[in-house]
Amino acid sequence: MPDTTAKTTIELRILRYCPSTDTEPAFGSFQVPYSDDMSVLQALQEIKATLDGSLAFRWSCRMAVCGSCGMMINGEPKLACNTFLRDLAPGPVTVEPLQNFPIERDLVVTVGDFVKKIESIYPYVMPKVPKTVEEGTYLQTPSQMEAYASFADCINCMLCYAACPQYGANPDFIGPGAMALLQRYSSDSRDGGQQARLDQIRGEDGVWSCTAVGICSEVCPKQVDPANAVNQNKSNSALDFFLSGLRKESVT
Amino acid sequence: MDFFNADILVLGAGGAGLRAAIAAAQSAPDMTVALVSKVYPMRSHTVAAEGGSAGVVRADDSLDNHFNDTVEGGDWLCEQDVVDYFVGHCTREMIQLEHWGCPWSRQPDGHVNVRKFGGMKVERTWFAADRSGFHILHTLFQTSTKFPQIRRFDEYFCVDLIVDDGRVQGAVVLSPATGEFTAIRARAVVMATGGAGRVFRQNTNGGIVTGDGMALAFRHGVPLRDMEFVQYHPTCLPGTGILITEGCRGEGALLVNKDNYRYLQDYGLGPVTPEPRNKFMELGPRDRLSQAFWQEERKGRTVTTPQGEAVLLDLRHLGAAKLKERLPLICELAKSFAGVDPVTAAIPVRPAVHYTMGGILVDIDTASPLAGLYAAGECSSVGIHGANRLGSNSLAELTVFGRVAGEQAAAFAKAAPAADARSADQARAIEAKALALLQQNGDGERHAALRTEMAVSMERGCGIYRLGPEMQQTCETIAQLKQRYQHVALEDRSRVWNTDWIGAIELGYQLDVAEAMAHAALARKESRGAHQRLDGFDKRDDANYLSHSLAHYQEGAAPRITAQPVKITRSPPGQRAYGALGEQLEAARKDATHA
Repeated sequence: MPDTTAKTTIELRILRYCPSTDTEPAFGSFQVPYSDDMSVLQALQEIKATLDGSLAFRWSCRMAVCGSCGMMINGEPKLACNTFLRDLAPGPVTVEPLQNFPIERDLVVTVGDFVKKIESIYPYVMPKVPKTVEEGTYLQTPSQMEAYASFADCINCMLCYAACPQYGANPDFIGPGAMALLQRYSSDSRDGGQQARLDQIRGEDGVWSCTAVGICSEVCPKQVDPANAVNQNKSNSALDFFLSGLRKESVT
Repeated sequence: MDFFNADILVLGAGGAGLRAAIAAAQSAPDMTVALVSKVYPMRSHTVAAEGGSAGVVRADDSLDNHFNDTVEGGDWLCEQDVVDYFVGHCTREMIQLEHWGCPWSRQPDGHVNVRKFGGMKVERTWFAADRSGFHILHTLFQTSTKFPQIRRFDEYFCVDLIVDDGRVQGAVVLSPATGEFTAIRARAVVMATGGAGRVFRQNTNGGIVTGDGMALAFRHGVPLRDMEFVQYHPTCLPGTGILITEGCRGEGALLVNKDNYRYLQDYGLGPVTPEPRNKFMELGPRDRLSQAFWQEERKGRTVTTPQGEAVLLDLRHLGAAKLKERLPLICELAKSFAGVDPVTAAIPVRPAVHYTMGGILVDIDTASPLAGLYAAGECSSVGIHGANRLGSNSLAELTVFGRVAGEQAAAFAKAAPAADARSADQARAIEAKALALLQQNGDGERHAALRTEMAVSMERGCGIYRLGPEMQQTCETIAQLKQRYQHVALEDRSRVWNTDWIGAIELGYQLDVAEAMAHAALARKESRGAHQRLDGFDKRDDANYLSHSLAHYQEGAAPRITAQPVKITRSPPGQRAYGALGEQLEAARKDATHA
């Protein structure tokens, strides 16, 4: 809720695009009253409520956990809800849809392809040792949990995809977020699905497409370090390639 | 208009909806489950739950303890047979989540850890640091992708149910991305659309929490039960309403006023111990703590912040290492949104609306009075929370009753005939009505303005303490807003990603839910749990009000409020007390039982 004591305004330059009326995206400018505690998301909400009801953007939790409001703010992939105007003053602030994704309207981009990538890597436990509920929980020590904990913190906000030059060049690249999720399950002591997942990322759009820029980890709002996930998978994939060679030899 | 034929339709893909979809897919593998979410499922507001989920697991705990805490916490307005079922199934569900990969925090030996929580006698709150809801939601979403028979409709918004021949036969959904409608026919429908906290001004809820499913069921003749009971969470950031979990107090955080005084001792929650004991002081229930804040504010003992009055939540004595391990999200939120590092300073907090205890009337099988319609999670009133929900009973509820709803809907669908041909005509009529709103030329009012007025009025009339005239005023304000809503003007007439249009439809849902809340509140002339009055009805009145309220929708008029008896099986209404008095009363009850 904007502070009504706001004394000053800031300019937001927002990339607008409506497929039914526009041939190409163009910037629109808005002056928004702002206070020190106001986020970019709150500024967008203020614009939508009072200046232009047609402005389209996704948001929900406004506390940096649902992952809905990723967008380019002054050229950087950010969550609008925890990017504050005080850090961008005096402005103007440029707001654009997440880079590397098709624009559907204004700040709304296509998410479906990213979700399909997540679904492709078997994002669930394939139990090493099946257990019934009656038998209780698996044991997992804090250090075993540590092996995958940071990868489990990914909120699927796609900022890493917006930052990734390889994804920008090749939209079929599996990308950092899906690799982090793969690593989250493959590093879980309860899981036995490592081989199935490695087979998913062996191809030309898989782990080897990564050019190790590392910017995905820099822009991650949750310190997930997807670059680390990719690296671990390169090692696993290389080892797997080596071992599969051995396996084939032993068969012949 | 597209048509899609499913066997089971689940509306909402948060914790309850996903759990229902998985249960339906498991119990009827040959059936098609359509899973509709107005956002991508991992954005659902379950994602923001922090503290944890209840399930008896310790040797020194018992199902009876969990039952008694829940019924007492709910001020005896709970369906006790349902509470018994609930407490008996929580732990199974927590284990199931663990098997599916939920990263519950662990003890050094690898067993799951549990933390203290408000109103709970023994530690039984399973937690994944302070991102419990986030991990539960992502675990359920990712697990759901194993089931090919779950056909997801991500980012589809429900505009109405299809009801014919006395039973629900599906729903019409709108894709914001295209502006096109799809009629999903189904033999059974599970409503799992979450709460309605956004009808209040300061709240912890995400923007999507607009009571859609409650309003839809309500309009189709299903009563909303116990809607006057709205939970204020005692520790939220002033202004934004961002939740600072009860898990903080579970880990030992203290609440102090501007004089650095642990004021809860003045409100029947003492005596003071250095670390709060279960059911004492900071580990009292949410309604009592929110009420204590209100009293402190009246006494002028709160801290003034630019966003309003606050008290201080002090975590400093926990130390940086423990905070990082147990409460990392809270540290992040406090730094980002309040400019406070909890390692070195106390966090200013105040109550904000958090949870709707009431919802769609359902029985122990999650069945509503409308044939084929089931409901689970916050949108439902299955009867376990009564007049005040205990922290960590909600995440458990999503899984316990989400599973029940999925199984029951599948069983109903097996026996039910397919949707009849008339459903197509009804679907087209629903589409026409939604399109009419898009073209409506009103008198120029934006719906955003109406929404703000509604939220301010609800806060004023139906807040932590309530007065008859103020509730009456809120009822009148909502009625006027409903009139003005008829003429609301959209600025955006396009079909693609018209969130102005969706927002307007959501406001219609919100107004119906708000009206049910305000009228149910006005009709309850007593104080119980989260419903506290200061106008001569400041005591619990079991003689006249030991009953649920039912709000019945009336087209063009205020809802009709009736009473429904409460099912009491084994815990007669007693005095609800915490702190030292609570301990004495419990000892006396034990003696009486053993005498």
